[in-house]
Order: sequence, then C-alpha cells, then structure tokens
Amino acid sequence: MSEVIYMGEKNKKLSEKIEELSGEKITLCEQCGICTTSCPMADDMDITPAGIMRYSQIGDERVVDSEAIWICASCFTCTVRCPRGIDLAKVAEALRELNLRKNVDHIDVNHLDEELNELPAIAVVSALRKFTS
Amino acid sequence: MQKFPYYPGCTLKQTAKNFEKSAIASARAIGIELVELPRWNCCGAVSSLTSDEIMRHVAPIRNLVRVQQMNDEGMLENEYRLITLCSMCFNVLKRSNMVVTGDAEMLHTINQFMDTEPDYEGTVEVMHFLEILRDVVGFDKLRARVKKPLKDLKISPYYGCTLLRPKEVGIDDAEAPTIMENFIEALGGEAVDNPYRSLCCGSYHTVGENKKIVAERTYKIINAARRNGADVIITSCPLCAFNLDNRQKLTKEMHPDFEYMPVLYFTQLMAIALGKEEDAGLEDNFVDPRPILRERGFLGVKQ
Amino acid sequence: MKIGVYVCHCGGNISDVVDVEKVAEFASRQPDVAVVRSISHMCSESGQRAIIDDIQQYNLDKIVVSACSPQFQGETFKKAVAKAGLNPNMVVMANIREQSAWPHHDEPENATEKAKILTAMAIEDIRKKEPVEKVTLKMGKNVLVIGGGIAGIQASLDLANAGFNVYLVEKKPTIGGHMAQLSRTFPTEDCSSCILSPKMADVAEHPNIHLMTYSEVLEVNGSIGNFNVRILKKPKYVDEDKCTACNKCTEVCPVSVPDEFNLGMTMRKAIYLPSSTAVPHSHVLDEDACLGLKPLACGLCSQVCEADAINYDDMPQYINLKVDTIIVATGFDIFDAHLKPQYGYRKYRNVINALEMERIIVEMAEGHVIRPIGKDIAFIQCVGSRDAQVGNLYCSRICCMYATKLASLLKRMDPSREVYVFYTDLRAFGKGFEEYYRTAQELGVKFIRGRPGELAEDPESKKVVVRVEDTLTRKIIEKKFDLVVLSVGLVPGEGTVKIAEMLKLPRSADGFIKEAHPKFRPVDTPVEGIFVAGCAQGPKDIPDTVAQASAAAARAMSLMNKGEYEMSPIKAFVHEDLCDGCGLCVEACPVDAIKVAGVAEINVAVCKGCGACISSCPRNAIDLRIFSNEEVMAQVDAALRDKKPGEKRIIMFADDMCTYTLADGVGTAKLKYNSNTYIIRVPSSSRVTPEMMVRAFEKGADGIFLGECEAAVSPYPDTLKVIEENVKKAREMLARAGIEEDRIQYSPFVTVMFKKFVALANKMLRMAEKYGDIPEEKRRRLGMEKVIYHE
Ligand SMILES: Cc1cc2nc3c(=O)[nH]c(=O)nc-3n(C[C@H](O)[C@H](O)[C@H](O)COP(=O)(O)OP(=O)(O)OC[C@H]3O[C@@H](n4cnc5c(N)ncnc54)[C@H](O)[C@@H]3O)c2cc1C
Ligand code: SF4
Ligand code: SF4
Ligand code: SF4
Ligand code: SF4
Repeated sequence: MSEVIYMGEKNKKLSEKIEELSGEKITLCEQCGICTTSCPMADDMDITPAGIMRYSQIGDERVVDSEAIWICASCFTCTVRCPRGIDLAKVAEALRELNLRKNVDHIDVNHLDEELNELPAIAVVSALRKFTS
Repeated sequence: MQKFPYYPGCTLKQTAKNFEKSAIASARAIGIELVELPRWNCCGAVSSLTSDEIMRHVAPIRNLVRVQQMNDEGMLENEYRLITLCSMCFNVLKRSNMVVTGDAEMLHTINQFMDTEPDYEGTVEVMHFLEILRDVVGFDKLRARVKKPLKDLKISPYYGCTLLRPKEVGIDDAEAPTIMENFIEALGGEAVDNPYRSLCCGSYHTVGENKKIVAERTYKIINAARRNGADVIITSCPLCAFNLDNRQKLTKEMHPDFEYMPVLYFTQLMAIALGKEEDAGLEDNFVDPRPILRERGFLGVKQ
Repeated sequence: MKIGVYVCHCGGNISDVVDVEKVAEFASRQPDVAVVRSISHMCSESGQRAIIDDIQQYNLDKIVVSACSPQFQGETFKKAVAKAGLNPNMVVMANIREQSAWPHHDEPENATEKAKILTAMAIEDIRKKEPVEKVTLKMGKNVLVIGGGIAGIQASLDLANAGFNVYLVEKKPTIGGHMAQLSRTFPTEDCSSCILSPKMADVAEHPNIHLMTYSEVLEVNGSIGNFNVRILKKPKYVDEDKCTACNKCTEVCPVSVPDEFNLGMTMRKAIYLPSSTAVPHSHVLDEDACLGLKPLACGLCSQVCEADAINYDDMPQYINLKVDTIIVATGFDIFDAHLKPQYGYRKYRNVINALEMERIIVEMAEGHVIRPIGKDIAFIQCVGSRDAQVGNLYCSRICCMYATKLASLLKRMDPSREVYVFYTDLRAFGKGFEEYYRTAQELGVKFIRGRPGELAEDPESKKVVVRVEDTLTRKIIEKKFDLVVLSVGLVPGEGTVKIAEMLKLPRSADGFIKEAHPKFRPVDTPVEGIFVAGCAQGPKDIPDTVAQASAAAARAMSLMNKGEYEMSPIKAFVHEDLCDGCGLCVEACPVDAIKVAGVAEINVAVCKGCGACISSCPRNAIDLRIFSNEEVMAQVDAALRDKKPGEKRIIMFADDMCTYTLADGVGTAKLKYNSNTYIIRVPSSSRVTPEMMVRAFEKGADGIFLGECEAAVSPYPDTLKVIEENVKKAREMLARAGIEEDRIQYSPFVTVMFKKFVALANKMLRMAEKYGDIPEEKRRRLGMEKVIYHE
C-alpha cells in the first residue's frame, strides 16, 4: 500500500520553522545522499541524514519524532561534505530543539545507569546539553 | 620562557589530569609556560547550533575576557593567543569567538549582558596546543629538543571531530590532515595510517543507553589501527580518550575477539620523548601503556 | 537647438514607481526642449518611429530618452537617430529604470524626483554635445589562434579556408588537445582520433596556417587591428621537416619518464613521438629528461638518426608578430581528484579518473593492457563539479555523457561485467543524448541515484568499497568494485588562466573566460578583437566546441573582411591653442598614445579612451570626446541644481565597464540604496580631474564617489593609480578649505559586488549626514583653490 502525504499548511509551517531555527536554507538540498554515507551514525538511524533533509523539505512531522536526530552526534562530517554547503548538523540541532523546547527531555538524569562521577565531565555536560537543554 | 594564557576546562581537572600534567611539563621543556587563566568557567563543551542561541556564547566569551584582563593587568605581555588542550573546549571557544567577532550586533548584545565585566574587544585568538607546536614553535625545533626519540614506535593518530570540523574552526585540512602525523614524526615515532582517524567516536553517546554505539566505533577505530601495525593511539580530546580507552572494556564484552590497545594523550608521548617521563601520567590510563613502552625501551632508561 | 525628450513607461517597469507624466512635464520646462512625449515602450518599433518622425517633422537636432540603461538600449537609439539623419552621438539616455524605478521601488516620490534630475542631467549633457566623426582603423587579415585543441583547429581551418592568415600557437609538442586522448565520442561512439586526425593533418598542410607547437605566447600589446605578439618557440632539438618518425632514436634512448599523454600510466623515452597521431609528425627531445645536452652526456639518438634530424644545439626562438584579431582556444584541465581526498585517488590502487579510463580503453583497443581493470566497475559522478566544498558550483556538462559512454563501451566489451553509475541528476540534454542514455540502460548499465561520501579500500583484495545511499529506496547499499572511475569535472586550464590574465580578459564566477554578452555575443570577449572558443569559455562537448570555434572564426572574419574597423569614437584630443608642448601627458598615458611634436598629438589607433591623461595637463589642454570636461560638468551641475537646505546629494562617477554595469545589476536585483546618489557614466573614473571634484563641491555636492574596475578586469592599465593621485590632490584642496577630506571616496569593483556597492553608497550618505551641511563660505573658498602639481 502506498502512503499518500496530503500536504497542507502544517507542512509549510514546519519547514519554515526548521529553516528559521537552523538558519539553513533547506530547499537547497539536492538529495545526493553524500551526507548519509559520510555520517558515522547513519547505520543506527531510523531516517538517513539525507532523509532528515527530505522530510524537513516537505515538512513531515515524523522527522521531529525520529530517533535519528538524537543519534546524530554533531560531528560535522556531513557539514564538511555537503556539495550544496548545507550545515546539516544545524538542521539536526534545530529538530532536537523543537522537541526540547516543548519541555521534554530526551534523557532522564536520574536514571543514568553509570555513576556520573566515573564519566568525564565533558561527556556529562555535552550529553545534558544536547539531550535536555 | 614564552608565556601563553591557557584554558584548561573542567575535564583536565578531573579525569584527564594526566593530559594537563604532561602538557605543562612538555611545554616547559620547550620553553613555553602555560599560564592558567586566574578565573575561568566551563565553556559548555558543545556549541549550540540554532540561529537564536545567542546567550550560549556568553560562557565561552567570558573566558576570552579573562585573557584581555591578564594583558591589562600585566600578567602577560601583549599575548592574546589563548592555548587550549582539550579539542572540544578549543572548538567551542574558537567557534564562539568567530561568531561574535563576525557580528557586531551580537557582540554588542553579549557585552551588554556581561555588564559588570569589561567588554570583549574581539582581540583574542583561540589556538590549540598542536597549532602552537606547528606554527609558533615549529616541528623542526621540537625535533631538535627531543631527547628520547620514539624510534620504531608505531603510532596511530586519532583526530576525532572537533580538531578538524567544521572547516572554519579546524586546525588542518578536514579531509587530509597532517598535523598529528608531523607531530609524531617530530618525536621520532612512526605515524601509521588509520582510515578512521577522523571518524566520530560516538562522543556524548557514552552517557546513557547508547554506549554500544561508542563501543562499536572503538572496535572499528582500534582494529584499523591494529591492522596497520599500530602499537598505540594518540588523541587530543578527553572525551575521545575516554571512549577509545575506558570503553575498550565494553568493546571486549561485545566482541570477544577484540584486543586492547593503549590510548594516550599526544602530550604524554611528548613528555616521554622530551625526557619528562615522570610527568607523563601513564599510571592513569585505562589500558596501561607502560608495558609496551617499557618493552620498547622508552621508559626507565636514564638519559 | 531643438531637443526631443522621450520618457518611457517600460510597460510598467518604470511607470509603476515613477510618475512618468510628472517627469515629462518637468522635461518640457527645460531649456531648448521642443518636444516631450511619454511612451509605453520606447525601444519598440513604434517608440523608435516616434523619434524618427519627430526629428523629421519638427527638425529636432538632439534627443534624450529617459528609459533604461544605455548599456542595454544605447545602440538601439543611436541607430534610430542615425536613420533620421542625425549623427549617432546626438542622443543621450537617462537611466531612470535601473537607477531609479528599480532600486527605489519602495519610495515612489523620491524615485520620481530622482528621475527628473537624471533627465535634466541628460538634457544638459546633450546640450553640450557635438556631432562626432567616425574613427576607423585599417584591418589586415592576420589572426592569432592560441591553443591547438579541436576548438583551435576548427577555427584555424575555417579562417584559413576563407583566405585569412592564421598563426596557430600550441604549447604542447602536438596539436589535438584532449580530443586526441579520447576513445570514442558520445553519442555516436565514433573513434575520436579517427575523426580528428584528418583535421590535424589539414592544419599541418594548409598554406595559410603557420603552426607553432611547443610554443608559448609571452606577451601581447596593442589592440584590435594592431596586436603585437611575442612568441617563444621552445627548442625541440629535432628538425620537424627532416624527422621521418622512424622511431630509431626512441629505441636507443636509455631514459624513461612517465608519459603525460597516458597520464603517467605508461612510460616514454626522453626523445619521443608525443602520440601516434602527433602533428607535426615529428619526435621531440625533452631536455629535462635527457641525460644532458650542455655538455652532451649521451648522444646516442643522433648517432642512429639516418635523417640527420637531431640538432643538440637547437635554441629557443623568439618570434614577433603583428595580428589584427585573436582567438583564445586554450581549453580546460580536468579537476584534480586529489582535492577530494575522501575518494582516495592515487591512494587506493583501484580508483582512477575518467580520462585515465579513456586512455586505458584506447590502449586496450590497440592490444595493450596498461593496467588491469577487473570486472565490476563503478562511476562516481560530479567529482569536482556542483560542489560547494571545492568552490565549483557549475555543472561540467559532459561527464554524465562520457560516463554513459565509457560504461557502455565496458559493457559491450564484456556483457557479464557489472557497471554502475552513481549520480545525483543525470544530464542528457543534447541532441541524441537521451537516446544514448537509453541505449546504455538497454545494455544493462545500472544507474543508481546517490553519491558516496567517501570510498574505502578492502585491505585484502584492494577492491574499492562503495557505500552509497540509494536515495530512491532510502536504503544504504554497499558493494565492492574492482575499479572505481571518478567522473571528474572540467576546470579552466592553467593555460587559459594565464592567457586571460595576459590579455586582460575577465573571467566569470566559474573561472572560465567571460563572454561579452551571454546571449547575444557568446564568442566575443569584452576586449574588442579578441574572441573565445571551446572549453576556455566553459565546459562543453565536441559538437558545441566546434560550433563555437566556427562562430568565433566567423566573428573574426566579419571584423577583418571589410578592411576597416569602426572604433569607439571615445578618444583623447588636444586643444592645440592651449598646449605648450610640455610633454607631461606623454608620461601619463599608459599605452604610449601621445607624442609631442611642438604640441601633443594623439595616435587614435592606439588611444584607448580612458582619459587618464587629462589630469596630467597643467594647462587643461587635453580632453576626451563624448565625455569632455564640459559634458561631464554639465551633468554635475544639473545633478546639484535646486538643492534644498539640509538635503544631501552624492555624485558617483561610475566607470562604464564595472561600476556602471554593477549599478545596473544592483538596480535589476531591486536592491535598495539611498536615492540621493546620482550616477555619472564615464569610461574610467581616471578622467575625473581634481578640479572637477572640487567644482562639484563648490556647486553643492555633499560627497563624491569614484568607482573603477579592479585592475585585473579593467580594460585600461593603471587607472587606479591615477585615481588615487587625483583623489589625493582633490582632498588636499578640500582640506585647505576646511572641508572633511573623506567626503571623497573611491573603490575598485567588479560587476558582481552587489553588497559592497550598496554598502558604500549608503556609507557615503551616512557620512554626509554625520558631517552636516558644508557652510556656503567654505564652498566659496574652494573656488579659489588651485591644484598643486607635485614635482
Ligand atoms: C574524460 C573525457 C571524456 C570526454 N568525452 C567526450 C565525448 O565522448 N564526446 C564529446 O563530444 N566530448 C567529450 N569530451 C569533451 C572534449 O574533450 C572537449 O569538448 C574538447 O576537448 C574541447 O576542446 P578545446 O579545444 O576547447 O580544449 P582542449 O582539448 O583542452 O584543447 C586546448 C588546447 O590548448 C592548448 N593550450 C592551453 N593553454 C595554452 C596556452 N597558454 N598557449 C598555447 N596553447 C595552450 C592545450 O595544450 C590544448 O592542446 C570529453 C572530455 C573528457 C575529460
Ligand atoms: S549532502 Fe547536502 S545536498 Fe546532499 S543530501 Fe545531504 S544535505 Fe542534501
Ligand atoms: S553531524 Fe550528525 S548527521 Fe551529520 S554526519 Fe555527524 S552524526 Fe551524521
Ligand atoms: S554533467 Fe553530470 S556528472 Fe557532470 S557535473 Fe553535470 S550532473 Fe554532474
Ligand atoms: S591616457 Fe587613455 S585617453 Fe589618454 S591618450 Fe592614453 S589611452 Fe588615450
């Protein structure tokens, strides 16, 4: 069965929101897929990085709810490879922020299964910043 | 002694003490004094990437104001090059510095916000210690100071992300860097190729449920190093070090065929090569590098 | 004097913003104006008709058209007035579209006011104008063609067949260019060297073509009809006419070096035949590879040469030529794949570029396997093209098709092999291309939509691992290939860049040589008498290259055929009654067009019309036709008339080639800048003397800006220095009168610096506002200031 995506005002709004928050022109993406096979995390993602761009272009909510945006490690490999000069790392950050700004955290600090003091400070600070603020 | 302002960052006072100790000793051995900022605050570890996150730049910029103050108060003589050791701090500080100095309005807003402190004037240049070695000291000079060349030690450089990317922040070509290789050669060691030398180690996924992502990367990176004959790996980031070193335990649990390999801060090898073995802090590494270093004759031999 | 003024609506482009009726009414109150009309499209047949009819009916002798940019329609109206029997110089355009309606579209009242002033400036300009005689130049029939690829070959043959005298200069030892290296050509798959060799032979034999291979153009001076060219012919140490290409010398030569014709995949000797189809068909001795000539270290080759063709004492030759026109056909280089280290070119054994694949296939066809290619082969498209990371935003236009061709050839050789093409967009736009793409698909070539981020080498098998997102299934696919071919793009050749700099040819953003007009003058360069053909102008296939080469030849012929050429009438002239023969202007002219025999004389064939000499004359004896001091100052006066207290007006002098075009571009892009800027078009801002600047302030200017081409693209040498000097003198005078010196500013521009233009225009106004009005008595003091000539 083929899924039909009925495009409406909300699609337009979401695309615009992502553009605004990321500061990137997402319509520039030509869907070459270079980001995907540059991404060290792509294998663990439910939507490929190029897919993140495509969903963002059409303003499909599923990208906001995807796991992929949390798997992205802000490594900037896509950023230095994209032939259109898009900073996908910023797009992924914008998508995370869309969640975080709804007052939901991606991890619960109280349930970290490893003693916080075993981890380097930098790991904890960066994880908390990316997943909770 | 040439004095430079130095920003340690949180982790160098915690799990990466051996990084700081070996760096300070090595720097001193080549005539550089790292003068720690008298007051500093956490830079935030990662940059916020959304277009509206201007307040996130305040923390990094505060640290740069300290450099200005050190010069104003005579602690430094017209030295605005701030040295960092941790690659992540380097990346965050440099990026914020670039963003605010390139945008007069933003700089103004931030200065307004920090109204009880002097204005940041955009005069500071954020540099990584490796850059100082390459561009200020020069690898040739470094080579000349080496007392104990790391002859025949096969070293796999691991750059990770934040030394190289994004391009405008990176200290070398994002795709074909050479700075670590040249550093290794200056110490008399042999740099071995590692196709994954700038593959992300999984970074902060080491916290929480996705640790396995990190362990898989560790497996890949260390195996490639081994395949190319490496004895040890070097890095310049305390988070990469934790992931590549401490997470070998988890890696081994997941892949019983996996074999341990020592992971060191570049400054630890530098300290050894410069004859400052006692400051190398080798006892703090998770996978103990001492057996192999001793076996190769780099430890405990008086010059 | 009876002037007709015509205000154009431009079908709303102007009239939606500017109140054209008000402008017309205003024009009707200006001196000497006899007829005023406002018309929907002035450039249309009926608009031109109105001018012609009015000239005849009302005996008008001068015309002003308030419409668009004179760069756009200037020629149209010159022709129209000429039809009505007036001298073509008797029309001036006021640019109220690009300079008012468009950039000031959101402030219609200011736009209307500015349009009035621009119209008044044009009226004052035309009131001073006199008919100007044509300036013609004798043209000979000599052409220099630089570059002996297929473009240069085709252009040379066309010209030579039409009876023109061609000097063809090629830097390599053989002509043929890249086409000589190709296997077969898309979309017809005919053998490349088979169709090229006969043409190369024709070049060698043609009595009207003087072929100089292994040669370089060292220097070009002069201008159309009179280019002086200096050429270096490097020593080949083998006499082309005597050599029989018997190959005996090569056989005995002990030195082997990589063969550039095969991109270093095979070796050649120090004395060698550049390729099997080389023209001239003669061996050449590579002095860098040879064991030693001075003193002779080996000498084996000359011992075996029966034709006695080898001469170890050969010397470089310098040849001076005088030619009338030049065709640049210096071609391209392939993108250097090292610049994408993630693809492992020359690091992974089994990653090669497409030109190497061409050579492998040619050699295979001749029975030489110069490297193994294995079975499964992948092509990666757009390497070095369409890639912001390497700064090449353009599509190279041929790589989709050459990959399709090479894939098809490989598949035909061995249908059992798997051939994949990884692409983003497949571009098959040319005649027969789409059909050819279909043929490849019929042969079983697999086209996968996705580009890999990086390649990896399998450590054991040395196969290349391609991981790519198939963007149509959204799945990552991974496959090992025996060979990966990088479909590298085309970049401006090193030789092209060098020649462009030497001839002062501007290059477009992609780095290739820029045409004079992208649509209507596609093979002309902005420099009169110099044409461009083939890949020097941009990436293209062989059919387009050949078409362009023939077009360039035809354009060159059309200039030379008449035997004379009508030059731009903008030339310096001397008021003999004022000149005392001091000779200061001789020094000032960058192209040596002035000599003094009693009084100064201008050689109009050489004068480029920059006007740089004008400010050098202490007696104001030199001036410029069409842009004379009087004509320019009449516009300045009109621009400053009726200025209200507190109002600010900035005069901007804009050189025609860069700044004026840039201002048009800014207007066309509807970018806003302050409407108090009044632009006066000059050939070069170096013709604006310090006195003129100071007089403008005396008359009420609040700031003066001079825009000029950046040196690298300027049609005139060294004008920026003159401007700097003039500005310095004018500023000194301002300072002496107590006026802020930095009210005079200047800047170099190229035509795409939109942001810089807007920023500088706005800055001028902000500064004038900051400094406030210049008191009347200071302006009056300026009237007493004189230029002080240093030294
Ligand atoms: C891999 C590959 C496959 C291709 N396959 C096809 C195909 O199948 N079909 C097709 O239609 N097209 C094909 N092309 C395109 C084709 O090669 C070009 O269209 C054609 O070669 C352009 O000719 P040109 O004369 O403009 O440039 P070039 O072939 O580059 O010739 C320029 C010449 O000028 C000389 N020169 C450069 N600078 C100077 C200087 N300063 N002084 C003197 N001489 C100088 C050079 O040595 C060279 O001989 C292919 C291109 C490539 C790279
Ligand atoms: S690399 Fe850039 S253009 Fe290509 S798919 Fe990813 S974001 Fe889009
Ligand atoms: S920044 Fe995120 S999406 Fe981009 S390559 Fe790194 S992990 Fe993948
Ligand atoms: S022709 Fe094809 S391969 Fe070449 S740059 Fe254009 S799209 Fe890419
Ligand atoms: S300076 Fe310019 S205008 Fe004057 S004679 Fe020379 S080329 Fe002609």
